[in-house]
Parts: sequence; structure tokens; C-alpha cells
Amino acid sequence: MGKYKAMIGLEMHCQISTTNTKVFSNAKNAYNEIPNTNIKPLDMAFPGTLPTVNKEAVKKSLMASLILNCKQPEYLYFERKNYYYPDLPKGYQITQQTSPAPIGVGGSITFEVNGEEKKVRIDNIHLEEDAASTDHYSSYSTIDYNRAGVPLLELVTYPDLHSAEEAVAFLETMRSIYRYTGISEADSKKGQIRCDVNVSIIDENLDETKEENWGTKIEIKNVNSFGAVKDTILYEIDRQIRKKEDGTYDKMKQETRRWDEESETTIFMRSKVDEIDYKYFVEPNIPKIKLSKDWIESIRKEIPALAKERKEKYQNEYHLSVVDANILVKEKEISDYFDETIKEGTNPKTASNWITSTILGYLNKNDIEIKELFLTPKMLTKLIKKVEDKTISSKQGKEVLYKSLEEKEDPITIIEKLGLKQIGNEEEILVFVKEVLEEHLDMIEKYKNGRTNVIDFFVGQIMKKTKGKANPAMTMNLIKQEIEKR
Amino acid sequence: MSYVDKSIEEIHSALKEGKITSRELIEESLQKSKEIQKKCNAFVTIIEDAKEKEVTDHLLSGIPFGIKDNYSTKGILSTGSSNTLKDYVPFFTATSIENLEKVGAIAVNKTVLDEFGMGATGTTGHTGIVKNPWDKTRMCAGSSAGSAAAVAAGVYPYATGSDTGDSIRKPAAYCGIVGYKPTYGLISRYGLFPFASSLDHCGALTRSVKDAAIVVDAMKGIDPKDMTSYDSKDMHLKEALTGNVKGKKLCYIKEICDKKMYPNANKELKEHLENFEKVLENAKKIGMEVEEVSIDKELLKASASAYVVISCAEATSNMSNLTGIVFGPRAQGKSYIEMMKNYRTEGFSPLIKRRFIIGSYVLQKENIDRYFKNAQKVRRMLVDAWKDLFKKYDAVILPVGSGPAKLLDGSLDILDENTVILEEHLQIGNFGGFPSITIPDGFVDSLPVGLNITGNCYDDENVLNIAYALENTMEYKNQIAKEVNNG
Repeated sequence: MGKYKAMIGLEMHCQISTTNTKVFSNAKNAYNEIPNTNIKPLDMAFPGTLPTVNKEAVKKSLMASLILNCKQPEYLYFERKNYYYPDLPKGYQITQQTSPAPIGVGGSITFEVNGEEKKVRIDNIHLEEDAASTDHYSSYSTIDYNRAGVPLLELVTYPDLHSAEEAVAFLETMRSIYRYTGISEADSKKGQIRCDVNVSIIDENLDETKEENWGTKIEIKNVNSFGAVKDTILYEIDRQIRKKEDGTYDKMKQETRRWDEESETTIFMRSKVDEIDYKYFVEPNIPKIKLSKDWIESIRKEIPALAKERKEKYQNEYHLSVVDANILVKEKEISDYFDETIKEGTNPKTASNWITSTILGYLNKNDIEIKELFLTPKMLTKLIKKVEDKTISSKQGKEVLYKSLEEKEDPITIIEKLGLKQIGNEEEILVFVKEVLEEHLDMIEKYKNGRTNVIDFFVGQIMKKTKGKANPAMTMNLIKQEIEKR
Repeated sequence: MSYVDKSIEEIHSALKEGKITSRELIEESLQKSKEIQKKCNAFVTIIEDAKEKEVTDHLLSGIPFGIKDNYSTKGILSTGSSNTLKDYVPFFTATSIENLEKVGAIAVNKTVLDEFGMGATGTTGHTGIVKNPWDKTRMCAGSSAGSAAAVAAGVYPYATGSDTGDSIRKPAAYCGIVGYKPTYGLISRYGLFPFASSLDHCGALTRSVKDAAIVVDAMKGIDPKDMTSYDSKDMHLKEALTGNVKGKKLCYIKEICDKKMYPNANKELKEHLENFEKVLENAKKIGMEVEEVSIDKELLKASASAYVVISCAEATSNMSNLTGIVFGPRAQGKSYIEMMKNYRTEGFSPLIKRRFIIGSYVLQKENIDRYFKNAQKVRRMLVDAWKDLFKKYDAVILPVGSGPAKLLDGSLDILDENTVILEEHLQIGNFGGFPSITIPDGFVDSLPVGLNITGNCYDDENVLNIAYALENTMEYKNQIAKEVNNG
């Protein structure tokens, strides 16, 4: 980029996917492959239907507002955004404009890019309803109203981001927050996350805190995956720099473009002059709702420990490596599993080793999620205990774990069934040691002549006889003792 | 002997005593519906297959009634008197209608309104104009025109109405019956086709105050489907009708009803106002105090404009769902935009389209402060002024309109700027969500005229009791339209 720096703002839409019903109707809120199955009369705007606010959706929005350090309004209002489109059956979307006050205003959040902490200011976050989804074919279009009325959180940042990498890191942080709090599955494959991206460039030496120095804002709509956000920003920065270079930048007007997946370019949609006038006004069918301080505080208390906090704990308290800590907090379910395992009494480092290598390896290989895992943290802890108290070897431990997952059986039962008990009784092992030494008197000679590695041979022989059940350390000691005696 | 033109209590007694059956009442009502349809064109649908219901202890059980055609009724054509919904048969019933049907009421017809309630004449419905049963050259006023005509003609004891500006209370006055719009939220709006949601009220047209109380007692109640509805289980309208109004205080507003305000008044207006003065005397005789108050005339004059701005703005948004894509007769077109355009252009009457344009205009970014926000300020100021009155008075009493029903050809309309306030003051009841009832208070040129009583929110019992006591001082209770001119 050299002479220029980019100023990027994001509008991130994320469905609240975890409420039972939609935001203003009592139709089911669920991702459904079969079109037009989750619908109530309001979702298709039949005359005489009225919206009712889903308290759970408001609660989740307030939680997001609190996490983003926004200010919460005293009263909750909704507003109508009026425009015609076939995916909008009422002819307006119920949303929250900045006036009177959306669910959150004026916050900020920090996030990490390559180990460096960055901060982005949040203009506002608001609760609204999603539109229906449409598919267009050559001679007709179809509308699926399943999505109409699904609660949607839109957060709007200031143009505080400076690169595609930062933008994506911010989005990943938000996705993690939405998942940790149970606000949303935040799955872009299900269309649960959609972004609009604002990009402008500014000469490197100018002060970006002064609005008069800002470049022309270009808004790119329809950017529906984090990969596309990255591509869009890279493309748009490049396009704008070229305009600077060929002297046409100053002629460029504020405009709205869209990201075209096929050509991997941004395409002109409309200029500022053609901006739609949405004719906002307060939704008269929803009375203003008092948001009590007590309620907001009780929601604050319900916020679970988020990835950032947990990572710090893993590193500082448990002394895990950055790499392991990052792996453990990437998904809340995994982090919860880890925490639970520790609660059961496993040492954090041991738990981390088992989870990050063996368990996550298994999940990846079989493409399943940790919540589908048969092995509970309690079972894992018991299994680890068996290894730690040397009842079984660590190699056996892993084998038991896999077997337990495959056969969905308690690892302790498996150990018992297979008779996998490690022989940890000295007298028992001693019988085998004496037997092997008698069989290989020549080898004892070799040992006494300095070939100490012969000891491994003896251990191997004993393992053979005990089918690997003998405690290796104990076996080794006993061999040494017995040889010395001779 | 006919029964459907009697009071609800009388009909109920007849049913209980076995003088008549629910089936016979329905037949009688259907028969009258057909007669009135010929005379007045009051109905969109006559429900020929209406089924009798068991007579219980509920006063409304087994008794027929009418439903304004902007109430959603499951399996029964519900048009809003608009071509845009001329074939629309809903699959759900409005909560307030369900409430009536639950206690055994039987709907026998759907009544004509001004298209989607947007009109004050009863002449803009897609099935044609509704004529006044007293005089076929005159209008019923609107928008609950068909309901008013049918109740006045004695088709049944009551019909539902809706009221956004005066749509229950003005037609009631023009047809010589009672029209009651309770406090906003008392009756659920779920299933009422919206006109302007912040002003829309459900209500009833009846021939007596007691009947209005009985009907609204049954229609009302909190509804989880309507967030603006509220729990009124402790409010018992009929029981509140004691007739004892000693010490109650009424006020009238000088700027609206003082004869001196109308130096150029015609004969009708003069008689109307003089008649009103007489009723005030009645009020005093039964122990009420009546005082004159004054409200800034400029503020009063702003009411009508504020109403147009707010109601049109909400209407244009509320009716954006009428695209012909999900329901209604889908129009042809090369694109969805063309389909919507054709549907709306063909479906809506010119009056409505004009209101949509006004509504869009006042909400535009460059106009919203000047029009919409200012209109809301006027609304707030008017509501505050009325609330101030309610601190001292139980109710405001005022004449309805500037005289009896107007001629359909408009030849005698008074083009007096001053009477605008007289014609439009009922809107303030919608601005504030106040309980408001119109009762007949006399005749001008052999045609009925009415007065209105409006009180503070949630004070419905008090307002109805005052109306009930006043009604008892006059002889218009349960009157049936006597045709004075059949065109």
C-alpha cells in the first residue's frame, strides 16, 4: 500500500439462531432445508397480524450490547424501515434506527491480530428481523419465508480497521463471542452471518482521527463469508489506489457496490443520489418497553467467560503454551470440555495434552463435534487416572480411549473387560523377571561386561510374556536389582 | 312480531322464555339483511349458512350480529371493501370476533366500509356507496357505514366497527344510534386490517348504551397476539351502568360548540347546536355539573392536519403488504415491480392512492421533521390539553359534526373553515386513545343527530355510565330508522 492506509468499517449481520421462535412471530426459529415450513401468518404479512417481541431475543441482544461495552437504552423501541422487495412481505422491516435508541450505542471491543491487540469502536448494535430468502431462476423466482422474521443482530463499527486481516480477525472475534454466549451458531454456511463492508483510503501521512481527511466511502453489500470479506477489501483497496494513481480518485463519488463471487470484483449498484429513503418511523404496534436496570445486570451476570478471558487463564494459571491455549479456546464446547476435565481433577497440562492431541485428532479425523463425543470429561479423567497411577500404560490409555469412542463404552469397563490391568505388583513381576533371566543367562554376562542396553532386551521379553501388562518402570528396576544379586 | 330490532336483553329473555329460537332469529336477521342490502347496499357478504348456537346465560348467546369487513374472519370473505382483497378468504379470525363467537354470538353478515376504513362517507367501498336508512339521498358517514346502516335499520342489535378518526362515532350519529370506541388496547386489534395502527380502535355500534357495554364486555380482553392490549378483567362495563351521575363534572369546549363561533351557520347547524344546549340542561337536571372551557383555537384547528399526516403515514406503511404476491388477486407483469405496480394501480381507489402519496411525502427525509414530527407534536399537545381537562372533569361533551347526515351529492356541504373543528374533533379521542361514545341526542329536519362523550383512558365505566344516564333523559334509546326519504 505504501503511500496510503485503508479505513475499513463493517456492518456485521448475525442471526440469533438460538431462540425457540422468531423475533416478532411465534413461528419456529430454525434452519430448515425444506422451504416454507417455519411460518406463521405474520411472517407472510397477512392483513391484521401484529408483531410481538420475543423477550429471549431481546435478552440475547442486550448481552451482545453489554459485551461490546455499549450503552443500553432506558426504553426499547422498534422502527419501521419501509421499502418494497419480494423478500419483505410486510413492505417494511422492523428494525431499530439510531433514534430513539437501539439496543446498544457507542461501545468498543479489543481483538488480537498476530499477537497484537487492536481496538475497534462500535457505533451501534441493533435488533431487527431477517427478510425471506429468494432464489432466482431464468424464468421465475422462489421465495422461502422460513428466514422471514428470524432475529438478526446488526452491529456497525467505526472505520477503525486498517486491513483485510484486521477485519477478518475482528469478525472471528465476534463470531467467537456469539458462539460462546450462545447467541448464535454464527454459521456462514447457513447464511447466519452476512456483512456489508465500507472501504476508503487516506494518504499515509494524514491524521485519520480528523474526519475532513477521510477519503470517499465506498460501501460493498452482500459479502457473505469471511473469505469474501478479505477478498472484497483487498480488491477494493487496490481499485481505489489505482484511482489515486491515475488521478481519477477525486472524481469518485460515494457509492454502493456489491461483491460478485464469480468475477471476484466489486460491481457498482447505486450512487449516493439514488440512496433509498427508508421513511423510518416508530413501530406503533410495539409499545415502548422499559428495560429495567436489574434485568440488564442479571444478564451481565449470565455472560459466560469468553475466549479471551479463558485463554489468559490457560496461559497464566495453567501455564499452557499460546498454541495450546488458542486451540482450546477456539470453540466454546472444547474449552468447556477442557474446563470440565480439570474440574474432575485432572492436571491442566495433562488434560490439555490429551484433548489437543488425541481427542481433537479424533474429532478432525472423523469430522464430528465434541458435543457428539461419547467420552465425558468424567470418563476421561478416570482414564487419565488409570494411566497416572500406572494401572495401565499411556499407550494402553490411548488405545482404550479410541476403543471407548468407537464402541461407545466406558473406558473403565473396557480396561476391565480386556484385562488390561497393568501388573504393578512387584512380586508378580518378579516371577517373570526371574524366569526371563534364567532363560538368558548369557545376556546377564553381557550386561555385566558393560552392555547395559541389554536391559531393554529383558524388558522386551517380559512384556512379551505379560502381553505388555507389566509396569515398564517397575520391571526395569526389578531386572537391575536381580542382575546385581547374581 | 320481530325480535332482532329489540335490545339485547329483550332478545335474550325471548330466547330464554322460548318465544323465539336462535334459528328463527338468524332467519329474521338474514331476511332483513337482504331487504337492507337492496335499500342501502350495506353488506359485502351475507352469511346465508350462519348456524344457530346454544342459548346460554350469556346475553349474546344465540343472537345474530354483523362484522365490519375489515375484521379477518376464518373461511369468510374479508375484503376491507377493497378490490385488492376482493377474493381474500382468511384462515384466521380476529381475536375480538373469536371472543364474541366464544360466548355464542352468530355473525350473519360482513358490512361495507370505506376502503380499508379510509374515508368518512361510506361511499368508497369496492361494492358501491352505502345509503342512509333514514334518507337514501344521504350518506351514513364512514367508515363503518354498513354496520351503522344495518344496526339503525334493525337487522340485529349490534355490529362491530373500527374507528381511526371517528369511523364508529360519526356514522352512529348520522344513523341515530350508539357508537362506542373504548380505550386504546381494551379490545385486541389482532385480525383487524390496519389503517393507522396508533389510532385504530375496535368498537361496537348498537342502539343503546347498555347494549354497547354488553358487546364490548364480550369483545375486550388482553391478547398475547396484540402487545398494545391490556388486561381489563376488573372492568365490567354493563355493571357500571348505575345511572347515578350526581356530582359528575362535564365540560364542553367553547371554540367547538358555542353558536357564537359560527356567525354564518345555516339552519341545520343552528338547530344542531341549540339541540345540544338542551341536552346540557338535561345533564344538569340529573345532577351533573356542566362547565364551559376554552382551548386554543389554533391548536384545535391543527388537529385535522395532524390527523391526515399521521394517519396517511402509518397507512402507506401498513398497506405495503398489499402487493398481490402472497395473497389477493396477483397482477400480471414482466417483473415483480411491475406486478406490484399493476396490482396496486388497479386495486386501490383514487382516494387511497392520494393518501398513500401524502403518507410517503410526509415521511421523506427532507419532510419528516416539518410534517410527521410536527404532527406528532400537535397530537401530544392536544392529548395533553384533554388530559388536563380530565384532571377536573369526568368527561368532555360535544356535538358530533355540524348537523345531520350529509347529502350524497354534496350539494349542501358547508364550506366553512370553522366547522372543520366541529367535524373533526372526534379524532382527538384517537390521538389520546380515550374512551369515546356517541349517542343520538335529537333530530334536525327529521334526521337524527348525535353528541359525543369522551373521558380519560381506562375510565370507560365512568364514560359509559354518564352516556347511559344522559340517554335515559331522552327518548332515542333503541330507535330504529324511520325512512323519511327513499330517494
